[in-house]
Amino acid sequence: MTGTDTAFHALARRRWRIAITLTLAMVAIYFGFILLVAYNKPLLGRLVSPGLSLGVLLGALVIVATWILTWIYVRWANTRYDPALDELRTGSRQ
Amino acid sequence: MILPQAAAAAGQATRIGEPNTVAMAFFFGFITITLGITYWAARRTRTTEEFYAAGRTISAGQNGFALAGDYMSAASFLGIAGLVSTTGFDGLIYSTGWLVGWPVVLFLIAEPLRNLGKYTFADVVASRLQQAPVRIAAAIGTLATVTFYLIAQMVGAGGLIRLMFGLTYETAIMIVGAAMMAYVLFGGMIATTWVQIVKAFLLLGGAVLLALLVLSKFGFNPVRLFAAAAAQYGDGVLAPGRLVAKPLDAISLGMALMFGTAGLPHILMRFYTVPDARAARTSVFYATGLIGFFYLMTFVLGFGAMVLVGPDAIRAVDAGGNMAAPLLAETLGGTPFLGFIAAVAFATILAVVAGLTLSGAAALSHDLWVNVARGGHATPQEQLRVARVATIVLAVVAVMLGMTFKGQNVAYMVGLAFAIAASANFPALVLSIFWRRCTTAGVVASMVLGTAATLTLIYLSPTIQVDILKHESAPFPLRNPALITMPLSFFVAIVGSLLTTNAVEQTGYARVEREMHMGH
Repeated sequence: MTGTDTAFHALARRRWRIAITLTLAMVAIYFGFILLVAYNKPLLGRLVSPGLSLGVLLGALVIVATWILTWIYVRWANTRYDPALDELRTGSRQ
Repeated sequence: MILPQAAAAAGQATRIGEPNTVAMAFFFGFITITLGITYWAARRTRTTEEFYAAGRTISAGQNGFALAGDYMSAASFLGIAGLVSTTGFDGLIYSTGWLVGWPVVLFLIAEPLRNLGKYTFADVVASRLQQAPVRIAAAIGTLATVTFYLIAQMVGAGGLIRLMFGLTYETAIMIVGAAMMAYVLFGGMIATTWVQIVKAFLLLGGAVLLALLVLSKFGFNPVRLFAAAAAQYGDGVLAPGRLVAKPLDAISLGMALMFGTAGLPHILMRFYTVPDARAARTSVFYATGLIGFFYLMTFVLGFGAMVLVGPDAIRAVDAGGNMAAPLLAETLGGTPFLGFIAAVAFATILAVVAGLTLSGAAALSHDLWVNVARGGHATPQEQLRVARVATIVLAVVAVMLGMTFKGQNVAYMVGLAFAIAASANFPALVLSIFWRRCTTAGVVASMVLGTAATLTLIYLSPTIQVDILKHESAPFPLRNPALITMPLSFFVAIVGSLLTTNAVEQTGYARVEREMHMGH
């Protein structure tokens, strides 16, 4: 196995680990919300301020969480993954 | 602020269902513009790559809007606004559920798919496995998903247009079928993409305008709107209610929505229209932003309709609550604004139907005809001809399905389409990309059983047995089967692969692994 191969497999493993971690984070956030809806209705009905229940607030935060998670991934991919791929491409051409 | 009684009176005086000149004008404007786009696109659609993948020239930003356009169906606009306006918080569960699949698409699917495939998701699954069995199984999953999605859209279209324009159901179905066929047949993916983009702008623009008009009555503070809803209808509207009476139902539906998004053929196909994996990645980021923003606005539209129109007035027009957003538009902006929103809803259905038809046509022609029947050897002219024949076939089938299911309760069919996508398409796709040891036998068994199990369990569920066949009880308790069928499909794929170890297919993974990161 050459040096480029090792570097490639390390990058592939890293991409997989990040993808699966972020996927599990999304699963945890969404199903956490659904389980609260299912099993703790009084908690979600509690008012944070007049007109704003914890349930409505958390629902909006689930949407914000999808934005943050996709932003984390895109930022990692643009600043780390793409340059590493470019490096591997030039490396394998030499 | 309008009192409930006044709102109810306004509801009775609604002009929904009467021929509406403004709606007609907007709608024919939309048809004219999109047919103009189709004419322009038709002259740029000469190869299969242009027909299926818009020549891979769509930018990340454009694809972000097109993905949002493909995904935001009438169910999300009219359905969720209706649910929130009649049940309050419970409707919001859907707003979040429809969005959370998008990060999964980004993390696991978009880039490998773009790098490994050409036109369909079967390209990826079949990449290192046996072409014929994999493509046949993937076509079954694709066509099942597309068919149920199409039925829901067509029947929804017929009903909506009858309600909003006063046209007959049959006329509405024929118009939708004819326009959609024109887009896809002549303009292929280029026209379909631009129809999605125009529709996404109209839908987002219409929703923003409506939300701003609502918020202007509450000092541009959503919390004051929610407080007004709670003051009129009790704090209960801000808390979970009876919609999620059975937690397992909610979890099962959640699974279908979350993982089904990553298995929808018409969404997956969009990733082939961009130049490279980086553009595919960026386009999902934009799409997630746009779709999330849209679902946040459904909070305002739903509660706005609850306060300003009133749940009783909404149910009086349509028992399902689907007319909440149009009624809200009428209350706030009179008949012209009602006409605009009605036209936007029609345009929404039309665009989604076009995307579905194109992906179904790709499965029939690219997967079944070119790669199975002709063993991958068909001239470019033949490929394009077959793709167009498949488009006509699907358009005719869509119209016939629309006619057949007239007046039936088909709301569950979107959930069913997502369940098949999550149980037949998603496991095979993920395993073929990320698991070295997966084999032809494993993924084929998983796709076929995933489809069959989903169809069987939905037939045995309360959705069909109690709601439609009016039986006392149902043999299978869950309304959406994804909680059982998706793990089953993964299990079958894994066990099937381990039982049929294939050294050649494992060796082929080295190339798949390289290409999914580096491209061809």
